[in-house]
Amino acid sequence: MPRVLVLFAHPAYEKSRVNRRLVEAIADLDEITVHDLYEAYPDFRIDVAAEQARLVAHDVIVLQHPFYWYSAPALLKEYLDLVLEHGFAYGSQGHALDGKLLMNATTTGGAESAYQIGGRNRFTMRQLLAPFDQTAFLCRMTYLAPFVVHGALRIDAEGGLDVAERRYRALLVALRDGTLDLARAVEGSRINDLVADA
Amino acid sequence: MHDNLLAQAFVYLAAAVAAVPLARRLGMGAVLGYLLAGIAIGPFGLRLVADGAGDVLHVAEFGVVMMLFLIGLELRPAALWRMRGAVVGLGGGQIVATAALGCAAGVALGVPWRMALAVGVIIAMSSTAIVLQSLAETGRLRTDAGQRIFAILLSQDIAVIPILAVLPLLATSPPPAAAEMHGVGALPGWQQAIVVLGAVAAIVAGGRYLLRPVFRAIARTGLREIFTATALLLVVGIALLMQAVGLSPALGTFLAGVVLADSEYRHELEGDIEPFKGLLLGLFFISVGAGIDFRLVAAAPGSLGALVLGIMGLKALVLVLVARRAGSVMADALFIAAALCQVGEFAFVLLGMARGAGVLPDQQAGQLVAAVALSMLATPLLLLAHARLVEPRLAGAAPTREADAIPDEDTPVIVAGFGRVGSTLGRLLRASGVGTTVLDLDGDRIEVLRRLGLEAYYGDATRLELLQAAGAARARILVVAVDDFAVTERLVEVARRHFPHLRLIVRVPDRPEAYALLRDGVSEVHRETVGTACDMGYATLRALGHRAFQARRAVQAFRDHDEQGVRALADKWGDDRSYFSAARARIAESAQLLASLDFVDRHFDLAWDNTTLRDEALGRPSAATTPEPPSTDSVEE
Repeated sequence: MPRVLVLFAHPAYEKSRVNRRLVEAIADLDEITVHDLYEAYPDFRIDVAAEQARLVAHDVIVLQHPFYWYSAPALLKEYLDLVLEHGFAYGSQGHALDGKLLMNATTTGGAESAYQIGGRNRFTMRQLLAPFDQTAFLCRMTYLAPFVVHGALRIDAEGGLDVAERRYRALLVALRDGTLDLARAVEGSRINDLVADA
Repeated sequence: MHDNLLAQAFVYLAAAVAAVPLARRLGMGAVLGYLLAGIAIGPFGLRLVADGAGDVLHVAEFGVVMMLFLIGLELRPAALWRMRGAVVGLGGGQIVATAALGCAAGVALGVPWRMALAVGVIIAMSSTAIVLQSLAETGRLRTDAGQRIFAILLSQDIAVIPILAVLPLLATSPPPAAAEMHGVGALPGWQQAIVVLGAVAAIVAGGRYLLRPVFRAIARTGLREIFTATALLLVVGIALLMQAVGLSPALGTFLAGVVLADSEYRHELEGDIEPFKGLLLGLFFISVGAGIDFRLVAAAPGSLGALVLGIMGLKALVLVLVARRAGSVMADALFIAAALCQVGEFAFVLLGMARGAGVLPDQQAGQLVAAVALSMLATPLLLLAHARLVEPRLAGAAPTREADAIPDEDTPVIVAGFGRVGSTLGRLLRASGVGTTVLDLDGDRIEVLRRLGLEAYYGDATRLELLQAAGAARARILVVAVDDFAVTERLVEVARRHFPHLRLIVRVPDRPEAYALLRDGVSEVHRETVGTACDMGYATLRALGHRAFQARRAVQAFRDHDEQGVRALADKWGDDRSYFSAARARIAESAQLLASLDFVDRHFDLAWDNTTLRDEALGRPSAATTPEPPSTDSVEE
């Protein structure tokens, strides 16, 4: 059975509304490991060997984080910088991650309409997430369309937070059980819709 | 008046006190000052001291003995090993080439080859005393050329051992007066060689296994003057031992110094012996000046002058060639030649021995002694001429200033105090590959540290000589980590007065001490309890369930705030430290301490706080005013 690793990065968890709900929604699922990076490495001293072993032990890697300045919070970048070593994750000798799935699960302040060509943020989410996409490619992993919750500043229970929460949980269950249509999950702008009816 | 010790001492000291400052004032250097003072009070000047160079030299030779002990102390085997290329190539080449050329010149002039070879070997020696003293005076010891000069001198010092062993084998006639010879002098050549090697082995073994326990026991008594007495006793004892077997005392103490160079008491020994060495070396220079036999000079000025010029010219030629071959630029090669072309004090020893062993006839030996003394007298003049005449011309040609060589074994950091704070800090530096010299007053602790493989030295860091011996002049940072703040204050004062270039990083007990040092302009002041308190605060926040990252940030922010407070309050302490200024500062301090009580509330997680952003997005009036820019989810529409 595929095992899912959620790398969770939020430097201000106490102030978080959406990410906190999302991570709490999946905490009780079996065969899913939630790894809270800011709790594990408050000094940014990442245990590279342990993290590499953790990646190897899982088949699906989910990067869950708020979307800060069109990217991930600093510690998650530090994680990728240090853990995805040459000879481990990429290069002629680096095959540890071959074939695994990689996905971003993120929240934005802006609405979906802002993340369009011609919109306020001028680029689509897929375009802005291209660095992660290419990271997966170089590590011979399969990059899935992102799970995105837009408008996190305004969202509330009735305004879609409950829906987002249910879908996130269903998505991770599907990833865990291998029931997701991967051909469709790779395409598209968001993975949210694949589990719309779950 | 000559037989009165105090009167003698008065004459020598007066000559030094009068001549040396005068010489320095005229830009001639202390060594030349001493030499001129010697000539002035000598038998051919004011006749204030006894006739007969031997008499005066005998006493003063002890300065050379001590200097060689100190040179030995500086030469740990590891440093020696790093310099091996220069020592063997440069120094060995210089000795062999000088001896060969000297021998060839002698043979060409009709001297028997054995005698010529002996003279060639002897004149290969240069004067460690004069050259190192002159270089140290002008601060050139650490330059590239200075290091090369040191390597050559070192090579000569080492070469003395085989030369002493081999010289008797060159004897052409039986020793003229067997009664003059001590101990080994009467033995056949090969037996002498064995005795020499045996004595060397005895000093090495004794120094290695016997002396350290003795010094440890003495250090444990905590009586400084007894330690000094022990150090002097060691030097005098070895000198006597070497005299008893007919060897040079200087060589013996040099060896003892090398053996002790790895010992933890090295810097303390240096500090103790240094002042004696300085005085006695001055005495040595004076006696060299006083010992120049101007009767010989007057009797045959031409041939003696030719001898001196010939020897110095030959040495200079060899030195320039050897230095150029080793890659020195011309300016450096000329400086090396000017510095080293005299014949050194070892030559007195070797000439005495050669005469005793029947290698050299009395008359020739006497002439050579005079020539050696004259060449020593010429050296400071030559260096002066080089600095005034040659250097300015070459300076234009050579666009780059010669780079200071990186010292071989001086460490950039000196840590004073290796207790609870210093030991951790020292280990941290060592683990980071930073060379550190550790000074501490606890002999037992030093012993343990050394057994663990750490370099630590016994001694009181507030003593100027010990700081000097520990390399304070070349170090970059002095870490003061001693327990007693009174000692800290003294050490800071000594270090700032004598080594203003040193950066000080100082441990203090608490706020008042921090205020005092900050007001004195010491900026790196660290209260010894703050780090632990902050670590404990972090642990407590974590135990309460605060998230790790936020707890860490809160502690860091609090610490910065606290440190700023100390620095701000330091100014409130009046210069007079009167009751009122102290009281004012106390009040300000209480206010500041109270202010920091609600500090965490105000500063906790302001970063990434999106409250204002949300207020704006939802069209609410913003309640909070954040001092930091909101850094959160991308900009709202």
